[in-house]
Amino acid sequence: MSTVLEAVDEKVAEAETQGRSLWQDARRRLFANRAASVAFWVLLFIVALAILGPMISSHNFDDIHYDAMYESPGFQSGYLFGTDPLGRDLFTRTMMGARISLLLGVLATLVSLLIGISWGATAGYLGGRVDNLMMRFVDIMYSLPFMFLVIILMVLFGRNIFLIFVALGAVEWLTMARIVRGQTMALKHREFVEAAVATGVPALTIIRRHVVPNLLGPVVVYVTLTIPQVILVESFLSFLGLGVQEPLTSWGVLIKEGADEMETASWLLIFPALFLGMTLFCFNFIGDGLRDALDPRDR
Amino acid sequence: MLLEVRNLQTHFKIGRKKTVHAVDGVSLKIEENEILGLVGESGCGKSTLGKTLAGLQPRTGGHIIFRGKELPQRYSVADFRRNSREIQMIFQDPYASLNPRMTVKEIISEPMRLQAGGGSSDYGPLVGQWLERVGLKPEHMARYPHEFSGGQRQRIGIARALILQPKFVVCDEPISALDVSVQAQVISLLQELKETLGLTLLFIAHDLSMVRYISDRMAVMYLGSVIEEGPSDEVYFEPKHPYTQMLIASNPAPDPALERSRPHDPPKGEIPSPINLGEGCRFAARCPEAMPHCHTETPKPKHTDSKRMIACHLY
Repeated sequence: MSTVLEAVDEKVAEAETQGRSLWQDARRRLFANRAASVAFWVLLFIVALAILGPMISSHNFDDIHYDAMYESPGFQSGYLFGTDPLGRDLFTRTMMGARISLLLGVLATLVSLLIGISWGATAGYLGGRVDNLMMRFVDIMYSLPFMFLVIILMVLFGRNIFLIFVALGAVEWLTMARIVRGQTMALKHREFVEAAVATGVPALTIIRRHVVPNLLGPVVVYVTLTIPQVILVESFLSFLGLGVQEPLTSWGVLIKEGADEMETASWLLIFPALFLGMTLFCFNFIGDGLRDALDPRDR
Repeated sequence: MLLEVRNLQTHFKIGRKKTVHAVDGVSLKIEENEILGLVGESGCGKSTLGKTLAGLQPRTGGHIIFRGKELPQRYSVADFRRNSREIQMIFQDPYASLNPRMTVKEIISEPMRLQAGGGSSDYGPLVGQWLERVGLKPEHMARYPHEFSGGQRQRIGIARALILQPKFVVCDEPISALDVSVQAQVISLLQELKETLGLTLLFIAHDLSMVRYISDRMAVMYLGSVIEEGPSDEVYFEPKHPYTQMLIASNPAPDPALERSRPHDPPKGEIPSPINLGEGCRFAARCPEAMPHCHTETPKPKHTDSKRMIACHLY
């Protein structure tokens, strides 16, 4: 009996000495939020499907079957989501589209995150004239019409995914930079930053060690809202015919094709739209949950 | 003499022609191993003075001489690194002065890592030793600041300031954000550390009785300049400058019966704005004993005896 109690004591002591970081606290709160945790698992499921779907499917995403055009969804035919006008398997194509859309969303957001944080934190921390110059540049970039930029890039370099990705990244980091700058200016005058200055920590280390970790909260929230935004913009570009090119596909391309055929073959619209909608929902719920989890005072 | 401040000025430019004279002609001497208390209303520039001494605020004019050497006017990173071995600061708000994303070990060892290199894991035993010294448990070094109370956090801040074994520590209202019961603990910790480590402290506060209790000498600041200075008990029990008298009269006595029987004469008027000050005694507008020439002539600091200084036309 006493050994059990000793073991319990030991565990308690261990728990007491091991600090719980704010991130760990936030994760606990996030998963206590039902909508956010459901959204998280659904999103994980969609990602898993996107990775595994095309591998386990018996059809290639660009295999044309002239004997199976406009096949409606069903188990017997072997086409779970039906086929398109060229007889290509819609399930495999939707999953391929998921790969492209999610990849673009995540990559473009990562690029915007990297540029936005370094730009915003530098401008905010240094302040003064540097800040002025850097933020005016952001303002100018903001005022460029995005569609125009994309079309010019397309004309100059021809259509390819990489360009869309560059264009998206180039635009999305602007808002990030503004958010980060605002947070940095607020953090700069906190006493822990002053304490670091007073002990002689170099500016870059202060930004990296004391400023950035403390502004990640709002940034993480913004990231979860940027990913769906990028996916939507890509869909929009593809819808206009400026995006991903055949035979490669994305959710936007699929939805456009589906919309053209929605009277005769509604499944061509329904399935890609369903996946896109679900993904956007999930990201938004997770973003909401994260905001609450990272700043519990706001509730 | 450890530190001498001569005619120190710290001004802030706001707008084109406006300047805030936060610290305006302060001269002070701090002997080795003493505690100098600095009191005054909020906005009188005492925190700015502290920050200027720690180098966080570049001075506009005057001299700061530390152990016979003039300190730089505007600090570079290298200056901060060199000076932090001798001059450190304890901050007012223990909730804002510790990085919430770092563990206690990382926080306390940061100055050490900067000086000697290495990671926070290299300083485990040293951090543990310092935690014990400030009255915390070494096991707590893996925790984060939000897991501690205000008093405990201030102890962490003290450990961070003292780990480099500085000579001189600026304590910028280190207890004003704490509960009264915790204040006493932190004060006695500071006193004990001062004795064992041979520290010299500049103790900034607005709690007069606390300053009298802890400090050897006391300086009273009003609108950017020191108007009275002397041994704590003398200044506290026989204030000479009308402003000091007013300040001490407004300090409630701890005994309710005594407090009720005391004549009540709260300070009248607001502190005038420290923007674009003219000639004349700064306190003249609020002073009950103001004379005509108080408004036109700035009183010079006078030494009434070897220990006391008063800047007032009455003396």
